[in-house]
Amino acid sequence: MIFCSNNYSTRPQSITLSSNLKTLLLLTIFVSLTGCGNNESNVSSGNKTGTLYWGNGTEPQSLDPQIATGVPEHHVIAAVMEGLVLKNRKTLEPKPGVAESWDITGNGTVYTFTLRDNARWSNGDRHIAQDYVWSWWRALQPALGNLYAYMLFPIKNAQQYYEGDITDFSEVGVKALDDHTLQVTLNYPTPYFLQLLDHYSLFPVHQATIEKFGTADQRGTRWTYEGNLVGNGPFQLADWKINRRIVVQSNPYYWDADNVSLKEIVFIPIENIVTEERMFRAGQLHVTSSLPADKISVYREAKDPELKIAPYLGTYYYRLNVRKPQFQDPRVRRALAMTVDRQRLVDNITKGGQIPAYAMTPPGTMGYYPKSDLKFDPEGARRLLAEAGYPDGKGFPATEILYNTNEGHRKVAVALQEMWKKHLNIDIRLLNQEWKVYLDTESAGEYEISRAGWIGDYVDPNNFLDLFLCGGGNNRTGWCNEEYDRLILDVAPSMSSHKERLEVFQQAETMLLNEMPIIPIYTYTTVQLVDSSVKNFDANIMNAASYKDIYLQPDQE
Amino acid sequence: MYRFAISRLLQAIPVLLMVVTVTFFLVHSAPGGPFSADKAVPPEVIKALEEQYNLNQPVWQQYLSYLGDVVQGDFGPSFKYSGRTVNELIAAGLPITAELAFYAMLVALSVGITAGVGAAMRPNTMQDYLPMTGAMIGICMPSFLLGPLLVLVFGIHLDWLPVSGWGDIPGDKILPSITLGTGYAAYIARLSRGGMLEVLSQDYIRTARAKGLSERLVIIKHALRGGLIPVVAFLGPAFAGLLAGSFVVETIFQIPGLGRFYVQAAFNRDYTLILGMTIFLSTLIILFNLLSDMLAIWLNPKLRQEIRGTN
Repeated sequence: MIFCSNNYSTRPQSITLSSNLKTLLLLTIFVSLTGCGNNESNVSSGNKTGTLYWGNGTEPQSLDPQIATGVPEHHVIAAVMEGLVLKNRKTLEPKPGVAESWDITGNGTVYTFTLRDNARWSNGDRHIAQDYVWSWWRALQPALGNLYAYMLFPIKNAQQYYEGDITDFSEVGVKALDDHTLQVTLNYPTPYFLQLLDHYSLFPVHQATIEKFGTADQRGTRWTYEGNLVGNGPFQLADWKINRRIVVQSNPYYWDADNVSLKEIVFIPIENIVTEERMFRAGQLHVTSSLPADKISVYREAKDPELKIAPYLGTYYYRLNVRKPQFQDPRVRRALAMTVDRQRLVDNITKGGQIPAYAMTPPGTMGYYPKSDLKFDPEGARRLLAEAGYPDGKGFPATEILYNTNEGHRKVAVALQEMWKKHLNIDIRLLNQEWKVYLDTESAGEYEISRAGWIGDYVDPNNFLDLFLCGGGNNRTGWCNEEYDRLILDVAPSMSSHKERLEVFQQAETMLLNEMPIIPIYTYTTVQLVDSSVKNFDANIMNAASYKDIYLQPDQE
Repeated sequence: MYRFAISRLLQAIPVLLMVVTVTFFLVHSAPGGPFSADKAVPPEVIKALEEQYNLNQPVWQQYLSYLGDVVQGDFGPSFKYSGRTVNELIAAGLPITAELAFYAMLVALSVGITAGVGAAMRPNTMQDYLPMTGAMIGICMPSFLLGPLLVLVFGIHLDWLPVSGWGDIPGDKILPSITLGTGYAAYIARLSRGGMLEVLSQDYIRTARAKGLSERLVIIKHALRGGLIPVVAFLGPAFAGLLAGSFVVETIFQIPGLGRFYVQAAFNRDYTLILGMTIFLSTLIILFNLLSDMLAIWLNPKLRQEIRGTN
């Protein structure tokens, strides 16, 4: 048989070339069509065996939690590793993970975690508090190139250690008091600290395994390969065929193994979302990572219950380069923001149930609903633009919208171009660049208006508002306000109550919106197709599935 | 023949060196680095990564040390896929792409030659017009259109064949092979028609017919060998093209072959992977061209004479 094989071999099968190619081809097509196994779909067979088929976007670059960045990596790592705390899959409230309980003392700066007696690594080794001290030491080694090192910076002296200001790691606020007790001291009360513990950059790693394949701060060793990786999550890595599939199977040593229903998850990297949708329709996937925008309305009109749209903790926005002459006046920046008809945009262009955004922080982030006086007001915008010296758009300098090559971004840019022409009578041109070129251009500040998006790392307004600190790496607008920096860096952390802290964030957000170095456009949504047999799959704003809770049960027909 | 092969192989060395040099300096001068990301990358991290991948050295030094590694067959580590070497990625993708190219070639040859020879036997009749019109459509139809069309018809509506994958589900290799092979089938049909028409008007064919051989024997024993020379000459570049150009089909059908790595590498500025793939595919193209030339010489006595003459 040439065209089919029932094993997963990737080697070409031998074939003898006969002179009569036509006969051979017809024969092989016939044999492969009729002679190979059964044609049961993945979904149907998976429902019987407890195997979940998961469309996972791109091929993960790494499964090392202290090197990886990106959503596909996150999905796999979350299956094979676990932090001290987990999040409730619906509310995202912290709940016990490896730590069965914790005490918070010292005015919210000292966390003492009690680890489970039965916590084990997937090779059966005991999982102890010292593992966290070592793992976080590793996470703070600059040579490792950890892009998420800043997630550990709320820990006392972590930033100083990372930046080389102190060299003795014992001065960093993480101590193993005994095998089951871990004490973490923070710089200041950090209400979102428990959430950070559920981020993979703070997951523990297995010291002996890493040292077996290289040094602690060495990138790219083979410790994350199948057969090598030792984790502490509900699943363990069973197979990794690059660009093909990653298979994880339930981990018998997991502390809560009795409550894990799935036997196996197959993560399939599918970059082409059109192909992914076809695979879903053909029963090859239980869950897709996305859905093409032009298909969303089809599923919506059909009222297909498999279409899941949920708010996502992320904001799509445009940066305005305040170093450019036309954007030095905040009135011009506000005028542009006031002429974006966000409702029309999400209804007619993006179509994925996105929520119009009138502030940077998505509403409902840790109970924070930003107040904003920004609204669609072409009349007021024209007035502002005239006051700034451009009556009816006259004399407005040549301006470009920079975006990375992508059909979705292009559509949004075209819509905004048209809105600004219609309401402000200004001509804006479009400039698309390939991803890496776009990143370079934006970082160098060689743009006027630039498309941007930010997906929250943790659920707290701080994660959205600290982007715009003076000179911050993610700011890139040239905007700088010392009072804003003071509110975010000094005032908010010193607030004793959550409510007061949110009020400070509101002040900062209002300041940002008055000066408008960015134009918030919409809050992201996740749009996925989920087979009806997948139960306990609750979309949440972090797009973080709780695999240990998922089970497969086909609906009765 | 051996001297011919050896001289062609020696000529390949400067060609490959040129390919390495041009590609190396092109990728290094392209805007955007391998480690730039949407999220700001701290300078400490950039420094650590550049040190690790020798990017902190002057470009000419990087070039020389890369050349040294390549000569030993080591394409280096991939920048993007932490912990994977380029050799490993090529080894993972090559068997799949080669298999796809092989089946596509099978489709192309069997359909193309049958249609082309059939058309040449009865020129300017329906037996000629129909396959040649089909061939023209086949040449014009891009695989990014044909692939989804085939999937819609045979995968979704008729539900006969899988819509994606490679070796995972029975029959999943059929649609990609046909999609990739169709364009080449069309081209081969036109080449073999042209070649056959020319040969069929030759004297030795008339002699064969005069001997009283059946038309079938005339075609198979006498005409095909000469008539298919243009097809044979096309095979080398075609097979290399199938290997290097399967990206679209691999993407449509979710096939984990070389093409996807190649394109992703360019987008990711994965310098070593771009270079490794380029060198590897260039070598293949040179080898396949050489093979098809040797095959053509073997098939064509006139060429053999010429080679002997020059030697």
